[in-house]
Amino acid sequence: MKLVFEKSQPDRRALRIAPSDVPTSVNIHKRLLRDRPAELAELSELDVIRHFTELSRRNFGVDTNFYPLGSCTMKYSPKVAERIAGYPGFAHLHPLLPQLRMGGMLTQGALQILYETDLLLREITGMGGFTMQPMAGAHGELTGMMIMAAYHRDKGQKKTIVLAPDSAHGTNPASAAIVGYKVVSVPTNAKGSIDVDALKALLSPEVAGVMMTCPNTLGRFEPQIRQVCDLVHRVDGLAYYDGANLNAIVGKARPGDFGFDIVHVNLHKTFATPHGGGGPGAGPVGVRENLMEYLPISIVVKRDDGTYALEYNRPKSIGYIAPFYGNFAVIIRAYVYILMLGHEGLTRVAENAVLNANYIRVKLKKYYEPAFAGICKHECVFSPTKEMLDNGVHAIDIAKALIDRGFHPPTVYFPTIVKEAMMIEPTETESKETLDAFIEAMIEIAELAKTNPAAIKDTPMTTPVSRPDETAAARNLDIACIP
Amino acid sequence: MPFISNTAGQQQQMLKAMDLSMEDLFSDIPQDVRCPALDLPEGLSEQQVRAKLAAIAEKDSVDLTCFLGGGFYDHFIPAAVYAILSRSEFYTAYTPYQPEVSQGTLQAIYEYQSQICRLTEMEVSNASLYDGGTALYEAMMMALRITGRNTILIDDSVNPIYRVMLHSYTRNLHIDLEQTRCTDGLVDLGQIRKRLNDRTAAVIVQNPNFFGCIDDFSDIAEMAHAKGALLIVSCYPISLGIVKTPGAMGADIATGEGQSMGLPMSFGGPYLGFMASRKEYVRKMPGRIVGQTTDRLGRRAFVLTLQAREQHIRRDKATSNICSNEALCALAAHAYLTLLGKKGLQETAQLCADKASYAYKRLCAIPGVKPHFKAMWFFNEFVMDLPRDSADVIAQLIEKGFAAGFPLSRYYQGMDRSILICVTEKRTKHEIGMLAEALESVL
Repeated sequence: MKLVFEKSQPDRRALRIAPSDVPTSVNIHKRLLRDRPAELAELSELDVIRHFTELSRRNFGVDTNFYPLGSCTMKYSPKVAERIAGYPGFAHLHPLLPQLRMGGMLTQGALQILYETDLLLREITGMGGFTMQPMAGAHGELTGMMIMAAYHRDKGQKKTIVLAPDSAHGTNPASAAIVGYKVVSVPTNAKGSIDVDALKALLSPEVAGVMMTCPNTLGRFEPQIRQVCDLVHRVDGLAYYDGANLNAIVGKARPGDFGFDIVHVNLHKTFATPHGGGGPGAGPVGVRENLMEYLPISIVVKRDDGTYALEYNRPKSIGYIAPFYGNFAVIIRAYVYILMLGHEGLTRVAENAVLNANYIRVKLKKYYEPAFAGICKHECVFSPTKEMLDNGVHAIDIAKALIDRGFHPPTVYFPTIVKEAMMIEPTETESKETLDAFIEAMIEIAELAKTNPAAIKDTPMTTPVSRPDETAAARNLDIACIP
Repeated sequence: MPFISNTAGQQQQMLKAMDLSMEDLFSDIPQDVRCPALDLPEGLSEQQVRAKLAAIAEKDSVDLTCFLGGGFYDHFIPAAVYAILSRSEFYTAYTPYQPEVSQGTLQAIYEYQSQICRLTEMEVSNASLYDGGTALYEAMMMALRITGRNTILIDDSVNPIYRVMLHSYTRNLHIDLEQTRCTDGLVDLGQIRKRLNDRTAAVIVQNPNFFGCIDDFSDIAEMAHAKGALLIVSCYPISLGIVKTPGAMGADIATGEGQSMGLPMSFGGPYLGFMASRKEYVRKMPGRIVGQTTDRLGRRAFVLTLQAREQHIRRDKATSNICSNEALCALAAHAYLTLLGKKGLQETAQLCADKASYAYKRLCAIPGVKPHFKAMWFFNEFVMDLPRDSADVIAQLIEKGFAAGFPLSRYYQGMDRSILICVTEKRTKHEIGMLAEALESVL
């Protein structure tokens, strides 16, 4: 398909810009101006719409295909939330208004949503209070690590190490490292859980905290999660909960009750805001009461008269991690979703997410190699069997074969501690019929891997491109089309 | 139950097929960490939730005529931008890990990267970051990595919101953030020259700066390079329709807030951080990058590339902890720039400058109102001094239906009477006249 720039025709226009209604035309000094206009494409509006529509048709999305991308919780995003986020009272609100005197009274609706979402998340997670500012899960982790550092600094404690299981998302060690911590990896045991004895051996007064994902990235609930938190607390460390997999336990168990001090939740996962092709998301961070003074500036408070205000006077705060109040339009969508599900709906979310994952696990365990035995939570992890691997069929091949059968592949090669991992997360919004069709395709691919592996190596056949050369992409770097 | 597809009957069938009960599926969660029923309200129907949220939205006043900017702008958004963003093949997809089913997102990002390079006249761009502030933070970290030094010079004419963000992010790191003070609205070259040394990793400036003033940083680029330091320029993309680009000035890294390119203000987000740099630094860049390649049949294809920089491969050694980008916001910016096109962007930028210039003259003609800076060029924002506290005047103008500007005393000492006024292409001559009358009436 042509690039938008290759469709350009000199002097073709999409938009008519409003004519100037002011008498002056300013002549800024030439030294300060660009010497030629930016070489943007010149297209008609129809050209533009056709171009982007054609691009969109080269994508799988949740709305078009089953998208069991493990660890990403690709559930259906309700359309009503899109509609509401676009209400002019939200979309057209300037973020600096509350900083004008009297201006806070002009944004009471927006502040109410931030305040109430905080309360809802407190109840769902069992934490004391949230900042809504982090703009993604990884940004939440970074915020959490900054809170951890502020806490230890305030206590006069010199702490240099953060522990994270070897099954953790790469963002965990990266976030801790960026705040200046040394990251030490804790091994996983044969049952797919954190090795508590190894953790004990790593604990020392230098440990600032531990970052845990529960259920972990193998889809396993950590049976000793409470003990992990207790152990870390014994060395005056803090326990950080990565909420990436909260969908599995929402309404059933709460990280605050496990003993966690800091949590982030991914609104784009558990709370159904669309993933946008890779953002924008939102990763609010909640903390226990004793850490609330460290939360970023500002915080929404409710006054005695029922109005809402932003509190800026927070001397112990870690400061500003976002320009304003977070990804507000994403927060609205999550708020709408929680209101629509209510307490019962959220519990059904976890039940059906877990039911669907286990259904796939049970149906496929005869055909693929499970990462471990026993029930899983919201996702299940398989590898190709030895026979498949001997036939040259790898996780990536199975992924590509699924594409031809109309399914987005699972996450492959993660978690890295499982060889040739395929991580399948169906989510609660998918039906048994969809799961059955997926299972059937997986079984068919498993058979093919034995009888005709070449047919798998040639997939996908149905897509606009097939197996792009990633090595060449990095070697002959072409990352922009510039005249 | 809304958004859950399995019927009660199907749930039973599935459990039966597994020979498990729902309780069995949660038996791995120890009893002592189970929670009782959440204390949340009953679920609402779509009709109820729409009514409730419409009532909440009513409490926000969005009918003020907006002369408020400060880095976040009320620009016109063509309907076609919304039409493109509403394609759910884009917005319900995720990070394009599987290129065969993500060519739409991947090509759109590649084109976005190209647009950013064309706009800034820089050589390479990433797939976007969260917002202009975190983009500037990432640029600073990138400069530290490139130079192996630990001092940053940042001018106080850079958006104060971004400056406090940089301070917050560096509190645990051994980095010296030194602030230079601008003189009469422009970066003071003497100060930069004096403070640049062999520990300086980068000089950070902004164009137009927070006061709306535009400058040419070519001299600063030369001075910085002579000392082995980088120049980082934070810029306002709409201004680049006419204003000299960071690339032309010799900047090493350009960043900025992309909200003005087709994104609504949405009370602070989601926004779009863009970042572009010289090609030689691409391997030190944070964030996703899309590259062009060919597939096994020789067809043009797009993939995520240079992933060895990223957290999912490098973990604690990654160039950043960022995982996603702001793909949908980048798509909006790409669609916006494509719809405006070469001439449309130039015309829009000129219109902003013309209207601001008109407003400046009109408002400065009011007795007691004076320009704050002696002589300067501005793009679409400018600073005026009022005869009394600007925060009071702004509060009075709210009553008259105007978000008249930003009180600079909020961030700058000694600027109690100063107001920062922004005029985009959306403001009409009539609205400017109404603001002038309202201001005159309250002074």
